[in-house]
Amino acid sequence: MGDLARFLAANRAQVLDLLGEHLVLVGIAVGVAVAIGLPLGVAATRDRRLEAAVLGVANVLQTIPSLALFGFLIPVPVLGGIGASTAIVALTLYALLPIVRNTHAGIRAIDPALREAARGMGMTDRQLLTRVELPLAAGVIVAGIRVATVISIGIATIAAAIGAGGLGVYIFQGLAMVDDTVILAGAVPAALLALLADAALGRLARRLTPPGAPGGRADARPA
Amino acid sequence: MAHLETRHTGAERGEGTPAVAFEDAGFALGADRWLVRGLTFAVEARETVVLVGRSGAGKTTALKLVNRLLDPSEGLVRVEGRATGDWDPVQLRRRIGWVIQEVGLLPHLTVRRNVGLVPELLGWERARIEARVTELLTVVGLPAAEYAARRPHELSGGQRQRVGVARALAADPPLLLLDEPFGALDPITRAELQREFRDLVHRLGKAALFVTHDLREALALGDRVGVMAGGRLAALETAGRFLESDHPEARALTATLDGGARGG
Repeated sequence: MGDLARFLAANRAQVLDLLGEHLVLVGIAVGVAVAIGLPLGVAATRDRRLEAAVLGVANVLQTIPSLALFGFLIPVPVLGGIGASTAIVALTLYALLPIVRNTHAGIRAIDPALREAARGMGMTDRQLLTRVELPLAAGVIVAGIRVATVISIGIATIAAAIGAGGLGVYIFQGLAMVDDTVILAGAVPAALLALLADAALGRLARRLTPPGAPGGRADARPA
Repeated sequence: MAHLETRHTGAERGEGTPAVAFEDAGFALGADRWLVRGLTFAVEARETVVLVGRSGAGKTTALKLVNRLLDPSEGLVRVEGRATGDWDPVQLRRRIGWVIQEVGLLPHLTVRRNVGLVPELLGWERARIEARVTELLTVVGLPAAEYAARRPHELSGGQRQRVGVARALAADPPLLLLDEPFGALDPITRAELQREFRDLVHRLGKAALFVTHDLREALALGDRVGVMAGGRLAALETAGRFLESDHPEARALTATLDGGARGG
């Protein structure tokens, strides 16, 4: 541990750069995944056929090994190639499943009688979504974003293999040099980052879960 | 244009137009599983009609035909003289106060927001909503200063039902639909709310269609009481004449009164 501390102190500027790259990779990927996954999850609650298709595809994406997915993407035009954009595409695909699934599950868990009551009062479909379904499912949805974020922080370390930067750079360097200290200089900050994000989003999920809402205890549903 | 003319005629007829009229209305799941069938009766303006019957008799289905949560498979239901199919469902529902058992309040909103919900949907100004909410909470015996900021889970069952009634009245709808609103309450709170509800509805001049499985509640609240059995309206009598009805289902219900009284 002494070696690790010395290494981090000596390379502080570079550690912060890599940490910054890591945060950018994860931040963009999770942001895009929310932008795509939230509407998809909502749509899946509205249409049975879409439900099966969306959840099925998201499940399959999750099973592709991450290194293989990065590899597949390299020859793909526009989305692929060497560098951060490819990594972001791959991370986004991984982050989708928990977000889609929790959005879907959070809305499905709402008592149908409550939904009918809201309709009976004269809410339009949109008002039902924005005033009842999303607020009541918010805790479960954020729990999904939490899982997506933690997964992405881990997988983003592998993105260094295709030149996307991030804390994985140290891990791959350390592996090449057979130097545990350098490996740990990448792995330990990444792990701490994951724990931090987990705690912060967990707290947010609990705060957003209204009393009496489905999944009262912020339900993380690990992927 | 045709719609506009219909509306004018309805307005001119005013008091004479029933608040709700069922005309041989039926609703079936799939091809021939009829939940209700052959319903023909009206709720006049300012009248309270209570439908009573056992679970599965079709009472709730009948209510949902009124606010277009369901559309009749055959026949017609008219609200203010106009077939429900000709109403925009959202507009129709905002003209009808809807009270249901327990789950109706939105758990993530305060009492104030729950009561002000329909006015908010109708686009009232904030100050007007606030004044209306304060007024209504006073009417149902829950002073706004004390209760407006609470969430539903911070209220007792009786208080929640009071909020439910206040919410149904918020936009001053001419018609109220009530589905077992007092079903989950203890007998004392229940009697109290029944009394207050009856006074309130008469004072405000609302028409109401009320559903319950409790005949005593039906007799206490209804100007007329209808018995539903097997999806049909078996009998419809004024509350006074109901006890003399010789329809078997009405007699079966009347027989429950003694047992009910002894059981508390």
